[in-house]
Amino acid sequence: MNAPIKNTVSLSLRIPEPKARPGDPIDFSGLNVPPAGSAPRPDTRANAFQVRDLAFTLIRVLDEAGKAVGPWDPKLSSALLKSGLRTMVITRAYDDRMYRMQRQGKTSFYMKCTGEEAVASAQALALEDDDMCFPTYRQQALLIARGYPLVDMMNQIYSNEKDPVKGRQLPVMYTSKKHGFFTISGNLGTQFSQAVGWAMASAYKGDSRIACAYIGEGSTAEGDFHSALTFASVYDAPVILNVVNNQWAISSFQGIAGGEESTFASRGIGYGIPALRVDGNDFLAVYAATKWASERARANLGPTLIEHFTYRAAPHSTSDEPSRYRPAEEAKGWPLGDPVERLKAHLIALGEWSEDDHKALEKEATEVVRAAGKESEAIGTLGQSRPSVKEMFEDVFKETPWHIRRQRQEMGY
Amino acid sequence: MATMNMIQAINSAMDVMMTRDPDVLVFGEDVGYFGGVFRATEGLQKKHGLTRCFDAPIAEGGIVATAIGMGAYGLRPVIEIQFADYIYPAYDQIVSEAARLRYRSAADFTAPITLRTPYGGGIFGGQTHSQSPEALFTHVAGIKTVIPSNPYDAKGLLIAAIEDDDPVVIFEPKRLYNGPFDGWHEKPVEPWSKHADSDVPDGHYTVPLGKAKVVRPGSDVTVLSYGTMVHVALAAAAHAGVDAEVIDLRTLVPVDIETIVESVTKTGRCVIVHEATRTSGFGAELSAMVQEECFYHLEAPILRVTGWDTPYPHAFEWEYFPGPERVAKALKRVMEG
Ligand SMILES: Cc1ncc(C[n+]2csc(CCOP(=O)(O)OP(=O)(O)O)c2C)c(N)n1
Ligand SMILES: [Mg+2]
Repeated sequence: MNAPIKNTVSLSLRIPEPKARPGDPIDFSGLNVPPAGSAPRPDTRANAFQVRDLAFTLIRVLDEAGKAVGPWDPKLSSALLKSGLRTMVITRAYDDRMYRMQRQGKTSFYMKCTGEEAVASAQALALEDDDMCFPTYRQQALLIARGYPLVDMMNQIYSNEKDPVKGRQLPVMYTSKKHGFFTISGNLGTQFSQAVGWAMASAYKGDSRIACAYIGEGSTAEGDFHSALTFASVYDAPVILNVVNNQWAISSFQGIAGGEESTFASRGIGYGIPALRVDGNDFLAVYAATKWASERARANLGPTLIEHFTYRAAPHSTSDEPSRYRPAEEAKGWPLGDPVERLKAHLIALGEWSEDDHKALEKEATEVVRAAGKESEAIGTLGQSRPSVKEMFEDVFKETPWHIRRQRQEMGY
Repeated sequence: MATMNMIQAINSAMDVMMTRDPDVLVFGEDVGYFGGVFRATEGLQKKHGLTRCFDAPIAEGGIVATAIGMGAYGLRPVIEIQFADYIYPAYDQIVSEAARLRYRSAADFTAPITLRTPYGGGIFGGQTHSQSPEALFTHVAGIKTVIPSNPYDAKGLLIAAIEDDDPVVIFEPKRLYNGPFDGWHEKPVEPWSKHADSDVPDGHYTVPLGKAKVVRPGSDVTVLSYGTMVHVALAAAAHAGVDAEVIDLRTLVPVDIETIVESVTKTGRCVIVHEATRTSGFGAELSAMVQEECFYHLEAPILRVTGWDTPYPHAFEWEYFPGPERVAKALKRVMEG
């Protein structure tokens, strides 16, 4: 019999902590940013193990001078670049206005995607309009890019008489099947695996549409994330699995979701899913990675996982105060910059854009958003106008059963 | 003695227990450095150390499962599920595991865990920040379900729960965190400091699990309620001008049947109030108990005032919420019967 082996030291419990807290100098020293253009672009038929390195690097196209470099350069027309920039700038103006409206008491809640606009804006252009997205609450740019009326988004936020979801949902929980935008759930992670089911259905039907799923890095801890990867891998589902790593999940830094041990992209490899880790503030890199993934999906080559490495420059929501848990200057010091500024610099470097053009675009965006705002506010903000109370009892079921009808009558409707 | 609101009282309960017992530790989403989205764990990490109050990954099933494992080792974890609406990924761990560890191992292993979670509406939280899922837990054999209605009880019940050797789920009425909201939503809410139950001892004390409290003695009708609805019931009794005996159940399982029977036997009438949906709500259980135990004393049918059988709607919050008008109507009706 062997002698029992004893630990020579006593065990200790590790609790991960971020590098900097309020009052500390910001510290991104652990962040390894490879030069733009350095990641190879493999053939879409490669398997997860052949492209393994792409899960640990950062695919970057825009260099410090705003030039597009390397094999991932999607070589987009200036018209397309301008259209992407416009979506981002409108999204930012929209976020600013709605955040302000919440602060003025015109609605109960709002969530911005500031700093992360490139993800949804570039993907909306890289996908077909009828591909089905399963977004989180930070992909409002998908709707904006696909032409969903701003005024309808606002009506949802005000739960007013014209609210497309009839006053039932918390602000920002949009839905539009017509725009390939699945109804947002407040419960994190649930939709990631639903997207895989949608993709399986599309494959089953011999359709050409693919699904595009989103999850925050914090929510990858949920079981649904792991179900999604298992099912996508087993059935080779035509789906793009996006992890938006904005470094924070409310007050928890990405290390609490296991981001210190390995990248979120690398989660895919264990399931045999090719995975790309992308500079999420680089519009061109996001676009190119999404094209690569969508080509794979459309060619029956199955799922791709994309980690978008970005930073949540805004508070988590209107209920949050980030200066309580991270240095206030962290957002400004983010080494990958701002997605709007970077695409703007690129267009300027191409000779296709100027500071004046940009100012004009910002002005136009503010105007477009203000006009929609006026229209929606004329219908009414939260509490001023709303759908009939009858709507509370509708759509619980297709046909309202006796007990709910009786409750509605008790309410006087 | 100090004046505490409900959050401070809950915080104090954890603080007291962490100070007394090194086996008590606290974890959950955002509870560490930040102190929780409702600030219930504020300062605990700083005071007791990183390993005794820390952030958890966003995985409710994982939070409960690891708490069960810690409990099996001998610790007394106190875990927070950020909103009751997000407890469902943990349902299997609670129902199939925590609830049955003692039974299936003949007490070889137990789950002395305390799960705290804010519940209930009235904050414009829409369907995912407003739910009252208590009946999904009272239905499960092996879980104690607790709902406090004021700072004094919140602290005493939480300490009792932490010291209890069985799994306890505590639903905290988030609408009451800052004041005794009584359902008159257009009126500003009084702060707890104006309420007697905000006198909270600084140190250790318990409010026993399984014991209800008569918060307003009366002779006309018994009102069974818990959480926010206790305050709504009191407001409704005043509004209706009915001499109601208002009972705050405090613990739903095991429920204090003696106090209920004694009261209904005296008044001969019973109205049950909860914010949760009506069908298969805890009110159905209470109604059945009262019928079984007090049938020959009843002078009118038992009535329930509850949330409607719909999800909690954002814009119709106050139509959904069973406020004092609706409760008062039921009180008057039951008096006519
Ligand atoms: C199942 C579930 N648990 C907890 C919450 C509360 N919650 C809402 S957002 C959030 C943080 C999410 O972080 P992340 O996934 O990184 O997304 P981000 O907000 O950064 O976009 C939490 C904990 C929730 N909505 N659903
Ligand atoms: Mg995040």
